Amino acid sequence: MKHMAKPGRLGWLSVLVLLAGCKAEVLAPAGDVAAQQRDLLVISTLLMLVIIVPVMAMTAFFAWKYRAKNHQARYMPDWDHSTKLELLIWSAPLLIVVSLGALTWVGTHLLDPYRPLSRVAPGQEVTEDHEVLRVEVVALDWKWLFIYPQQGVASVNELTLPVDRPVEFRLTSSSVMNAFYIPAMAGMIYAMPGMETTLHGVMNQPGGYKGIASHYSGAGFSGMHFAAHATDDAGFDDWVQTLRAGGEMLDRARYLELEAPSQNVAPMGFAQVDPHLFPRIVNMCVEEGKMCMAEMMAVDAEGGAGLAGTMNMAALTYDKFKRRGTRAPVLGWEPFQVLSFCTPEDSALMFGNASVEARSLADPAPLRGRGMEPPAGLFGRAATSEITLANPMAAKARGGDGHNL
Amino acid sequence: MATASNETTFLLGRLNWDAIPHDPIVWATFVVVALGGIGLLAALTRYRLWGWLWREWFTSVDHKKIGIMYIILALVMLVRGFADAVMMRLQQVWAFGGSEGYLNSHHYDQIFTAHGVIMIFFVAMPFVTGLMNYVVPLQIGARDVSFPFLNNFSFWMTAGGAVIVMVSLFVGEFAQTGWLAFPPLSGIGYSPWVGVDYYIWGLQVAGVGTTLSGINLVVTIVKMRAPGMTMMRMPVFTWTSLCTNILIVASFPVLTATLVLLTLDRYVGTNFFTNDLGGNPMMYINLIWIWGHPEVYILILPLFGVFSEVTSTFSGKRLFGYSSMVYATVCITILSYLVWLHHFFTMGSGASVNSFFGITTMIISIPTGAKLFNWLFTMYGGRIRFELPMMWTVAFMLTFTVGGMTGVLLAVPPADFVLHNSLFLVAHFHNVIIGGVLFGCFAAINFWWPKAFGYKLDVFWGKVSFWFWVVGFWFAFMPLYVLGLMGVTRRLRVFDDPDLRIWFAIAALGAVLIAIGIAAMFVQFAVSIRKRQLNRDVTGDPWDGRTLEWATSSPPPDYNFAFSPVVHGLDAWWEMKKAGATRPDAAGFLPIHMPRNTGAGVVLAALSTICGLALVWYIWWLAALGFLAILAVSIAHSFNYNRDYHIPAEQVRAVEDARSRALAQGA
Amino acid sequence: MSMTATAVPPGKFWDTEPHHHEEGASTSLGFWIYLMSDCLMFAVLFAVYGVLGANYAAGPGPKDLFDLNLIALNTAMLLFSSITFGFAMLAMGRGDQRGTLRWLAVTLFFGLCFLAIEIYEFRHLIHLGAGPHRSGFLSAFFALVGTHGLHVAFGSIWLVTLMVQITQKGLIAANRRRMACLSMFWHFLDVIWIGVFTFVYLLGMI
Ligand code: HEO
Ligand code: HEM
Ligand SMILES: [Cu+2]
Repeated sequence: MKHMAKPGRLGWLSVLVLLAGCKAEVLAPAGDVAAQQRDLLVISTLLMLVIIVPVMAMTAFFAWKYRAKNHQARYMPDWDHSTKLELLIWSAPLLIVVSLGALTWVGTHLLDPYRPLSRVAPGQEVTEDHEVLRVEVVALDWKWLFIYPQQGVASVNELTLPVDRPVEFRLTSSSVMNAFYIPAMAGMIYAMPGMETTLHGVMNQPGGYKGIASHYSGAGFSGMHFAAHATDDAGFDDWVQTLRAGGEMLDRARYLELEAPSQNVAPMGFAQVDPHLFPRIVNMCVEEGKMCMAEMMAVDAEGGAGLAGTMNMAALTYDKFKRRGTRAPVLGWEPFQVLSFCTPEDSALMFGNASVEARSLADPAPLRGRGMEPPAGLFGRAATSEITLANPMAAKARGGDGHNL
Repeated sequence: MATASNETTFLLGRLNWDAIPHDPIVWATFVVVALGGIGLLAALTRYRLWGWLWREWFTSVDHKKIGIMYIILALVMLVRGFADAVMMRLQQVWAFGGSEGYLNSHHYDQIFTAHGVIMIFFVAMPFVTGLMNYVVPLQIGARDVSFPFLNNFSFWMTAGGAVIVMVSLFVGEFAQTGWLAFPPLSGIGYSPWVGVDYYIWGLQVAGVGTTLSGINLVVTIVKMRAPGMTMMRMPVFTWTSLCTNILIVASFPVLTATLVLLTLDRYVGTNFFTNDLGGNPMMYINLIWIWGHPEVYILILPLFGVFSEVTSTFSGKRLFGYSSMVYATVCITILSYLVWLHHFFTMGSGASVNSFFGITTMIISIPTGAKLFNWLFTMYGGRIRFELPMMWTVAFMLTFTVGGMTGVLLAVPPADFVLHNSLFLVAHFHNVIIGGVLFGCFAAINFWWPKAFGYKLDVFWGKVSFWFWVVGFWFAFMPLYVLGLMGVTRRLRVFDDPDLRIWFAIAALGAVLIAIGIAAMFVQFAVSIRKRQLNRDVTGDPWDGRTLEWATSSPPPDYNFAFSPVVHGLDAWWEMKKAGATRPDAAGFLPIHMPRNTGAGVVLAALSTICGLALVWYIWWLAALGFLAILAVSIAHSFNYNRDYHIPAEQVRAVEDARSRALAQGA
Repeated sequence: MSMTATAVPPGKFWDTEPHHHEEGASTSLGFWIYLMSDCLMFAVLFAVYGVLGANYAAGPGPKDLFDLNLIALNTAMLLFSSITFGFAMLAMGRGDQRGTLRWLAVTLFFGLCFLAIEIYEFRHLIHLGAGPHRSGFLSAFFALVGTHGLHVAFGSIWLVTLMVQITQKGLIAANRRRMACLSMFWHFLDVIWIGVFTFVYLLGMI
């Protein structure tokens, strides 16, 4: 029983766990969130067994009892209706579903991955003293990049987390859809390009756990896993120090190299990270000169960039199309990208504060981008206007129920 | 690895020598298939069967023959799909301890994609379509479907789609995207070569057939019922078929449209599902599941009908709770449109959206549960004869319940957060698909085979097949539940953790047992055909049936019924037997109006297949030519006003008299 | 106990009367269901337009591209063609074969005008650099409007075919059935176009 759950009332489950040879991380997790998910899973199963077991037993029993050879059993060829029974057979499942539905409603809201944790373990509320650790996660082809914005370091295929400290993951992807999953810690959430999703979790047991990509993402998918370590605070600080000692800087150029497809990548570390890197990845504008999603969405909100906008494009010299050896779609146009209108100062403003605080932009500097006039109102707005520029999707998600369709 | 270039030539598009896989496994398969094919063709030629095949089968508009052809297609493709499954099972026990196994990712990823696509579109779909085609007109006392030509065309389009997918095995590659081909992975940027194009055109060609066949059967059921058969007197199988076909008509257009948009992204460079320039890949995921979820009920509903017929027939009882069975079916039909989001709780929708879709999903288990109870109480107080169809039904009830339960578990979003995309999910859907759809198809084959061919299937080999399938299933998929709880993801090709291996080994053993089950089933067919005189049934009603298909001879004459039966209640044939209804042989027979066979369906489907293949390979001239030819043949066909004929009264009399004599002899 | 144990009327279990099975009785229902499934395809395209319709990717939007006068003209063409198809049906009802053919020809003319204007519009947009590749909005626009246009094109081919068939065989039952189907198809395209006009063009311009 290597990592038996500390949290959780359902310790007797160890029988089941034994069945799975000690490796059933889903049933014996090391984090409070996964433990609650496990509890819900087990309770739901038990609730359903209340009806499933009788159904299966009755099937076997009736099949045996009313076999043709058994002439003892009563034969009722025309018995085909009974109002009482009909009521029962509709209401019994209904009752179960009502209970399960209530459980689901509450559980889903309590365990919403977007919801900041309210406790780190049963009975241990999150207080002012808990500083939430933020980790920015990027699914690359085919490895994981972890950026620790608070520490200013980054690592690939290796994640270290302090125990009993709430963690907020911000997830995105560079190319295709993926899902970020540490079975022992908290559920999985998709990581999607051009979008940011969130997952909250906590580790309660020190140890080494597996972290996986759990959404198929192409050729290197099988090798796209990472080691997740949970240690005490000192261990975590040590680890950060080791990264810092490494000396390498993860800037935009280095990221573009890193982003190129590679398989079964050994862990690496970065001592320093461009603080604008993650927002740029989310906004798909790590390449020089390319318009960021945030800017594009702001322009679109003003009605687009007009007919002139058809010109503000450059052929792709570097992009995923090229990287995978593709040309343009046969019947279509050469791939292109939209050039940024922003001045470097605008960009700095846009990502200057990677948090999602709305900030006002005043005194716009002259514009770049093939001499484009931006649509009235974008950067030319009155100084009072506010634009949330850093992470449009995340901002939207917070406003609405989610950024699903 | 043959990721050949997309350089094109005028004549052959991007087809060139590099398109032939340089892989001994593929080569060996090709040689076996080619030898088998050549042997078959030679035999057909030697025994001069081509003309017969063409006249009596390929061009036939008889719903019974078309139904049988669908099922043959399904059985052939089952072998292919299962071969893929075995290859995956082998790879997954092999690739441990640093070994890469015997398949690289280019191969392995094609295999699971092809397996999923083939099993769903070319095994399960043709199975159920074939069954509905064969049985529904007989059950409602009709002489054929509403649009017999369309029926023939639909079948050949389905077969054409299967051909396109099979060609990808030997020329080029298949998609490496998973069976639903999510973009951006399936976009031109990440899947530049032909794989996804094979996927798209294979499904599009088959999809046309499915949609048309759906329309056809809805109209047939609405319009062609025998006099007296009100909606609430329709046999349950007909009811489930009606709902299934309504689901088809109301969901396949969504698939078609979605795939068209993906095609445009790939061929023209539009931005529907791209990351950049205003595209939205999440939209694809929503759209594909708006089709995909109803699709799984399209697969299971007809089999629910089969189980209803089988249970009441072999329990020698009326079906318990007919009307609640009907309402349950209708409920499931409607609800199946309100749950699609349960396939991506993990995409980050809010908690309210997730719990809404989770709860609607659970609600489906209420009507499904009602159905199970109805079968149970049909058995209650019955005299159950454990013939093969009934054995499959009991196995279904025990297996499907487990699969349904794990489905409901996955519908609890927090539980899904830890089980989504895991082998637990894979176990769930094989549990419901094999335990529900396949077991149901096998029950149906054993049940209606005597109707289709006039003799029963061999019981010994049937039992061998049954036990190997059922036991094999439990061995093959229960370990996957365990692996899922260990946090093992689907679609993995190599593994590090040696503790997992034992579970994969058990699963592989299960696959071997299933292989024996499949083999035994083919032996069962062969033995039964050889011993057909022994198991001959002249009554046309070998099981003491209850519905109208048992009222006519086995196999039924071309025209099914010399006179339309008149229906006075549920279980029309049972009532007729009870009332001592006699055959109407004294009456004067009338000429019977029948549709004429035509080759137009085969030709159109062949042209569509060629057109699809040309588009896969960018052979524009051929695609254009194919398209024009389709147009021309369709127009030409519309000039043929002479589409039917009459079977003369004397011929009907001769057939019916022969049957009367046979019945008298048998009695 | 049985709820379905209706008393069985004596004797009659087979329908032995000579029946006049009305030929093609199912055709209009079948075609109607087909139209509904087609409608669903358009529903998807509308939904896609709804989702992507404001994603200009810093390119041009509807106000920069659409010319309402042209579209009004286009709409008029299609509406006229629907009316003239109605006249063709009336003529057919009177058994007036020449009248039917004449009105069909007029319908075809309007249909082709519609197509010509649409092709002109597309050409113009692509020439401006606002092709379907430029943005999600334009992709959705071209897909929706283009699919409608394709339907009109196929309808026109069908129309010509049917005109030939009526010339050859006259207004026989089979041809009348085909006319009824084509007429449903043609009006259906009209309805869809009203949706396109309102949803894409009008709403885009305000
Ligand atoms: C024939 C096919 C079929 C059928 C019938 C079902 C039936 C059900 N399915 Fe399954 N499914 C099918 C095929 C699939 N499902 C999938 C995935 C899938 C997922 C997504 C999981 C994920 O991706 O993370 C969920 C939530 C469900 C739920 C359900 C439910 C609730 C039912 C219910 O209909 C089951 C109802 C039956 C029950 C419950 C048993 C009998 C009822 C009794 C005895 C009454 C009382 C019971 C209770 C009150 C609980 N399915 C996938 C995955 C696709 C992919 O990702 O590749 C496939 C192919
Ligand atoms: C007959 C025995 C069968 C076996 C042994 C089998 C085995 C498998 C295996 C090993 C996988 C891959 C699991 C993974 O991702 O790791 C798989 C996937 C799948 N199977 Fe089966 N299968 C069988 C029958 C069927 C049938 C009958 C159907 C449907 C009608 C089906 C539908 C699917 C689908 C849809 C997938 C998912 C493909 C994907 O990931 O894209 N299978 N199966
Ligand atoms: Cu579903």
